[in-house]
Amino acid sequence: MSTNEQAVTLEVNRVSYAVQVPMGSNLSGVLRNTVGLTGTKEGCDDCECGACMVLLDGQPVNSCSYLAVQAQGRQITTVEGLADGDELHALQRNILEAGGVQCGFCTPGMLMSARALLDRTPNPTDDEIRIGLSGNLCRCTGYAKIIEAVRETAVQL
Amino acid sequence: MTLTIATSLDEVLSAMANGARPIAGGTDLVVGARQGKVTLPADLVAIDRVTELATVATNDGTIRIGAGVTHADLLTNDIVVRQLTSIADAAALVGSPATRNVGTIGGNVMNGSPAMDTGAPLMVLGANAALTTPSGTREVALADLWTGPGQTSANADELCTALVLPQPPQSSGSAYVRLEYRRAMEIAVVGAAAAVTLDGDSISSVKVALTAVAPTIIEVDGLNSLVGSPANDKAFEAIAEAARQQARPISDLRASERYRRHTIGVMARRAAHAASVRASGQTIEVPVNRAFGIGENPENIR
Repeated sequence: MSTNEQAVTLEVNRVSYAVQVPMGSNLSGVLRNTVGLTGTKEGCDDCECGACMVLLDGQPVNSCSYLAVQAQGRQITTVEGLADGDELHALQRNILEAGGVQCGFCTPGMLMSARALLDRTPNPTDDEIRIGLSGNLCRCTGYAKIIEAVRETAVQL
Repeated sequence: MTLTIATSLDEVLSAMANGARPIAGGTDLVVGARQGKVTLPADLVAIDRVTELATVATNDGTIRIGAGVTHADLLTNDIVVRQLTSIADAAALVGSPATRNVGTIGGNVMNGSPAMDTGAPLMVLGANAALTTPSGTREVALADLWTGPGQTSANADELCTALVLPQPPQSSGSAYVRLEYRRAMEIAVVGAAAAVTLDGDSISSVKVALTAVAPTIIEVDGLNSLVGSPANDKAFEAIAEAARQQARPISDLRASERYRRHTIGVMARRAAHAASVRASGQTIEVPVNRAFGIGENPENIR
């Protein structure tokens, strides 16, 4: 082990991963390249676009700008942790049905922000949905259908 | 390079005495490092699990906001929302939910940006920064803490452990307003905070501080002449004029010097107006920026 690497255990979607992490690595890079979960996207790498959104102990965090070693001991949830086996999460079903997936690059981050919002606020107003998703950019500008999917999920859950 | 995850203040202070630098949410440090603007320090100590840094408490006329209190926590803290409302106005505007979940008030203050949102509210509310080493704590006024863009007078082994504020007297209110081009992931183009105490309809105390118009957050001088005046449009215009005169803005890609000098007056007037409304006992929802839909309801707040 080089002195610039640290052995850490990351809890991702309730599975423990023992990995060697270069000290300055960001969480999104380790999730994608070391843990092998590529659902989390890297867009701007500048804490602006929200494509890298994961949940840390249930709270949305930009994983591109969070040190992987600092996530030790936290429960990390990525988009791969939303579905129950082959059964899609209601948010995933509704975003597909509403046409809220265009190029799809923002979708994992949108879903994670929406999940955290609905966990905290089960019956959000449209304003609360917009604020909940305000850290997520959609390059295709398909916001109306994404908001519709979150609204529909709140009704169903 | 090492990262120590601390769970007590003593652990943090001893790591810092040995040269480690603190990291909380990393929303400035890690972003800056990935942009190549800063180098990550060789040794880091993570302070985000130190619960003694993450509380807001009142004691004998003083309010103490732990440096590790996140922007999201500020927004749901009753003491902050009721008594230090301008800090809540500012916290609500920082970044996005993700930024607010991990970004802390101590980090915002010690990053030393002249565009920081919580800085002007803290300044008008008379906050001191508590700086701690293993040998003790000293309190520094914010005007003495911030020495330039991204620079503070704190020593490398000093941890900002809290922001310490006097409890505002009865009939006080405060507000923070900023000019922004979009509603999320934005940095203040310019901003202003005001704290007002009323005696009936007239001003018994007024303080105004300005964001992003000088190398640091600055407090507007010479407002004592307004004490005893009614809190009306004439007083608010005098505050706007003082703000325009004392601002020392730069031109950059976000705004020209001239535009900043004009709009800082508008922000100062709105902040003073909103603070006066709150001081009179009326409620304006947090944040003022959203409650008034600036530019949409000019009759409500000008």
